[in-house]
Amino acid sequence: MGKGSDSLRGKMPFRGRSIISIRDFSREEILHILDTAERIKRGGGRFKGILKDKILATLFFEPSTRTRLSFEAAMTRLGGRVIGFSDAHVSSVSKGESVADTIRIISKYADVIVMRHPLEGAARLASEVADVPVINGGDGANQHPTQTFLDLYTIREAQGMLNGLSIGFLGDLKYGRTVHSLVRAMAMFKAKMYFVSPPGLELPDDIIGELEEEKISFKVIDSLSSVLPGLDIIYATRIQAERFPDPMDYKRVKGAYRLTKKSLKGAKESLKILHPLPRVDELSPLIDKTPYAYYFQQAANGVPVRQALLSLVMGVVE
Amino acid sequence: MKELKIAAIKDGTVIDHIPSEKTFRVAKMLNIDEIEGVVSVASGLKSRKVGRKGIIKISNRELNEKEVNKISLLAPNASLNIVKNFEVVEKIRVALPDEIVGIGRCANPKCVTNNEKVKPRFKVIKGKEIMVRCHYCERVQGINDIFPE
Repeated sequence: MGKGSDSLRGKMPFRGRSIISIRDFSREEILHILDTAERIKRGGGRFKGILKDKILATLFFEPSTRTRLSFEAAMTRLGGRVIGFSDAHVSSVSKGESVADTIRIISKYADVIVMRHPLEGAARLASEVADVPVINGGDGANQHPTQTFLDLYTIREAQGMLNGLSIGFLGDLKYGRTVHSLVRAMAMFKAKMYFVSPPGLELPDDIIGELEEEKISFKVIDSLSSVLPGLDIIYATRIQAERFPDPMDYKRVKGAYRLTKKSLKGAKESLKILHPLPRVDELSPLIDKTPYAYYFQQAANGVPVRQALLSLVMGVVE
Repeated sequence: MKELKIAAIKDGTVIDHIPSEKTFRVAKMLNIDEIEGVVSVASGLKSRKVGRKGIIKISNRELNEKEVNKISLLAPNASLNIVKNFEVVEKIRVALPDEIVGIGRCANPKCVTNNEKVKPRFKVIKGKEIMVRCHYCERVQGINDIFPE
C-alpha cells in the first residue's frame, strides 16, 4: 500500500489487510484507524450488528487476559461470534503441528484471526499463509500493534492531538515491547521524548539509532523530575523483578522508578499518565484518584480500537 | 611485468577487490570446498582501491544471485569478472540488494525462522555499517550475526 493520504482515497484500503507491526503503517493510515475507533466509540448503537455472521478466531498460544477479552468484547459488541483457544496445550500444536499448518486450517473456519504466540515473527508468518486477515495480539518480545493503536488513541483523546507532544517513558524500556512500538509511532508525530530506565534496561540501540537518523528530539535522562513541568504524557511500564540477575539489585532500583503523588509535584495540570497494565510497584494507587491517572481509560479504549481494526480489515467500514 | 600471484583461469568468475581481511570469510560463505573444479584464493594483495585486497578465482562456473548477494553483504565494493577463454567478457560491480531471501540465519533464537520451516528473509539497512532487519522478528543485526564464522 502506498504512503500518504492517496492510499486512503481508494475504497476499503484496509479490507483483507493483516495488522502485524506498527512499521507497516503510515501516519495517515494510523490516523484513519484512530478516527474509525472514535466514530465507533461515539456512534453508540449505530455500529451494533455490523459484524453479524462474522467469526473471529482467537488463537492464544500464550496466556493473555486483557488482549483476548477486549478482542472478544469488541467482536461480540459488533454482533460477531468468537471461536478459539487460550491455551496451546489444548490445541493440536501440543501434538506437534506447525504454526503455519494450524493457521492454514483455522483460516478456513473464521473470517479473521487474532493470534498471540511466544515466537517472534509468528504473526507475520501466519499472515503469509492465512486466507483471512491476521491481527497480531503479541509475538514474543517483538510487536503488539493493537496496544500501540490504543495507546495512540488514548494519547490523542487525553491531549486532543498527537503532534509535537512531550512524552516521558519510564521503566523497563529494553524488554517493554509496547514502548518500542509507541516510540516508533510517536516519532512519526514529531514528539519530544525522554527516556528514564534502570541501568541495563535502557532503550535498545537500534531504536536510538533510528531516532537519531530521523532527527527526532529525545534525551536519555536519570530522572523525570527535571523535565516534569513540560511533560504532556508519562508512559510508565512495569519493571519485572525477573529481569534482574540479583533480586537485591531490583530492590535497590525499584523506588527510583516509582510514580507517587509527591513525585508529580510541579507537573502540568493537563499531564496524563498511561501504563499498559498490569502494574506492580511503579504506580502508587494514590495516583488513581488524581486527574493525572488515565490508565484505566486507556485499558477501556482497547475495545473501540479493536472494534475499529476488526471492522476495517473485514471491510465492513471504510 | 606485473607479477602473477595466482594462475589465470580460462573460463569462470574472478571476484576482485574483496577487502583482504574478508577474503576467507567470503570464500567460506560461498562454500568453495563444495565447488567442483579449480578455485584459487589469494589475500594481502596490493590494491590502489582498497589497500590490501583479496581475489577468489572460480573455474568453470558463474555465480548465482544468492551467491552474489552474499558477496555484496560482506564486500560491497567487490567486482565480479566473468572470464571466457582467458578474456574478461563482463565486469560487474556488486550492489547491495534491498532484501535478501533464503540465505543467512536470524540470530534471534526466539525468531519463528529458527523454529519453523520458513526461509530466512532480511531487509538490508544501508547505513555507515551494513545491518539487516529480520522480516519476521524485526531484530536488527549485523552481517556477522547472520553469517557466523
